[in-house]
Amino acid sequence: MRLNDLPRGTDAVIDSVDDNGSPDPVAARLRELGFVPGEAVRVVATAPLGGDPLAVRIGFTRFALRRTEAQRVRVHVAKAAA
Amino acid sequence: MTPLNIALVGNPNCGKTALFNLLTGSRQKVANYAGATVERKEGWFTTPAGRSVRLLDLPGAYSLNATSPDEAVTRDVCAGTYRGETAPDLLVCVADATNLRLHLRFVLEMRSLGRPVVLALNMIDAAQRNGMEIDLARLQAELGMPVVPTVGIRRNGARDLLARLDGVPPPVPTPVPPGTDLHAMVRQILADCVTHATPLSDRMEERLDRWVLHPVWGPVILLVLLFLMFQAVFAWAQPLMDGIDAGMGLLGEQVGRLMPDGVLRSLVVDGVIAGAGSVVTFLPQILILFLWILALEESGYLPRAAFLLDRLMSVAGLSGRSFIPLLSSFACAVPGIMATRTIQNPRDRLVTILVAPLMTCSARLPIYTLLIGAFIPHRNVAGFMNLQGLVLFGLYALGIISALVVARVMRWRNPDQREATLLMELPAYRLPNPRDLALGLWERARIFLMRVGTTIVSLTVLLWGLSSFPKPPAGAVGPAIDWSLAGRIGHIMLPVFAPLGFNWQICVALIPGLAAREVAVGALATVYSLGSGTDTDQAALQLGGMLPTHWSLPTALSLLAWYVYAPQCVATLAVIRRETGSWRVVALTAGYLFGLAYAAAFLTYHIARML
Repeated sequence: MRLNDLPRGTDAVIDSVDDNGSPDPVAARLRELGFVPGEAVRVVATAPLGGDPLAVRIGFTRFALRRTEAQRVRVHVAKAAA
Repeated sequence: MTPLNIALVGNPNCGKTALFNLLTGSRQKVANYAGATVERKEGWFTTPAGRSVRLLDLPGAYSLNATSPDEAVTRDVCAGTYRGETAPDLLVCVADATNLRLHLRFVLEMRSLGRPVVLALNMIDAAQRNGMEIDLARLQAELGMPVVPTVGIRRNGARDLLARLDGVPPPVPTPVPPGTDLHAMVRQILADCVTHATPLSDRMEERLDRWVLHPVWGPVILLVLLFLMFQAVFAWAQPLMDGIDAGMGLLGEQVGRLMPDGVLRSLVVDGVIAGAGSVVTFLPQILILFLWILALEESGYLPRAAFLLDRLMSVAGLSGRSFIPLLSSFACAVPGIMATRTIQNPRDRLVTILVAPLMTCSARLPIYTLLIGAFIPHRNVAGFMNLQGLVLFGLYALGIISALVVARVMRWRNPDQREATLLMELPAYRLPNPRDLALGLWERARIFLMRVGTTIVSLTVLLWGLSSFPKPPAGAVGPAIDWSLAGRIGHIMLPVFAPLGFNWQICVALIPGLAAREVAVGALATVYSLGSGTDTDQAALQLGGMLPTHWSLPTALSLLAWYVYAPQCVATLAVIRRETGSWRVVALTAGYLFGLAYAAAFLTYHIARML
């Protein structure tokens, strides 16, 4: 599953960030901002008019990113206990 | 002893500028969003032990791998390759103690620069309030650099940092071996040194964001905030403005009575008091506008507004990243255009620069207010809205809509396949600090009054001179001003502007308005004051009351439309030249804005005449 498909409010864990072409400065920046495997992530809001961009919480930081940017991030839904 | 060169570096919005202001006693702009500082700023201070320090405040960066012009400045200064800047002797790396997860990665990157580094753990008070415990000794050992706690917003919040600067010089840290997973390293360090409780503020953010970022309530809140802002600018400022207006009228009257009739009296009363005085009247409005903007900047709301508007901006071919530069342009296009340095995509940046002058800057406010006050009836609409405030809101909206349309057209003419990026941090909410707001407003008031005292007074005096000389020949009929240089210039310009419904007085006022838009108000006051003869000096100050007898409503509306677009600001054109390095872009901006201004004024005049 990719981050842009993650329903709002669902806790997930990042598997990887894929490069879209090389070099991919957006993917590199995402990794620098903490989008790295094993990190917990959640979509906290989607914007009006089509749900793009997303507001995403990672660690204690929130980022706004467009769906095309979020598409680079592979995630899986965290266990219900989390 | 040579001064110590220190550079402040760190993630965006970690409080570098607050620390810089605290150390150097400066008043650089601080705000609660990434990218408030876009160029290096220099300041000086002396440590308690008497060491003189030259401190550089650098734009925030998430990484040395720069993706925007402001980050590139930081990268180059740190590497010692920035032209005209010596390499810093010491880097003070600032990190937000409440957000070490993100900020420590950059701190580790700093180790590879081969320069001594001290880590300032800023906002340590907020971290402690949130129940975080940080083992400073252990953090220092694991990071391999001295760590000092700081609070950028408290008076002695930099005490430990100053003491450290006076102590033994810190060593150059050992670089992190290449290929290390910096995130894993940060995670390990945090596990070892920090006892986390879930930050209290995090839960508050969650709750607030549920409303503020809501797909329906979010835009409603945004609209209400903006609408209240314009109502406030109009309604709250009025009593204060009336007070200043009356004061100036009284002053003109008293001075007029005390001074003997003659050239000097005319200079003081018709030139300085009528001209510059009529501009000072608008101080309360400008301060109320800035109060709103400062409070919004401090609160952390602006990046959220950018989030809500990203979709709308993308229709125009821009991203939410353009929002903050454009919003800053409501105060003044000059800092707004400089703030575009945070935009990564060069084409987005260029388009944002081109449309920034369409945002209604505070210098247009005096003209709008004057004309609205004189021609639009003071009346309630739908019970709670003020018609004058509504028209003002409409003029701002016209500027915004035009900017979106122009941006769309430019994108269509110059397509770019590169992906527009947003990727923007949404900072923690913060209650605006009354002291910071007061200081910010004081700063704005000072700048405005300085501007009135220098540029505006000199321009109005110049205009007074042009409007007073040469004197009419003996036995001439008609007002003396018709014989003056200004009168003649106005009449020469008239054929060009007559189709817009402008009279020659307006044409004259447009010229000094090029240097500073608000001068146009003073210029009109001077021209009409001189034209009105000698016995109505007091009345001349009541420009608003007098205009309806000279102008028709279509003329006033046409002039309003003209000012929505006209590129009448040399400072804006100069900053566009500096930021883009291209005269072509300057010519393009001035050209399209004049074209739009002329077309809009022409249409407005003729449509209004038909109604």
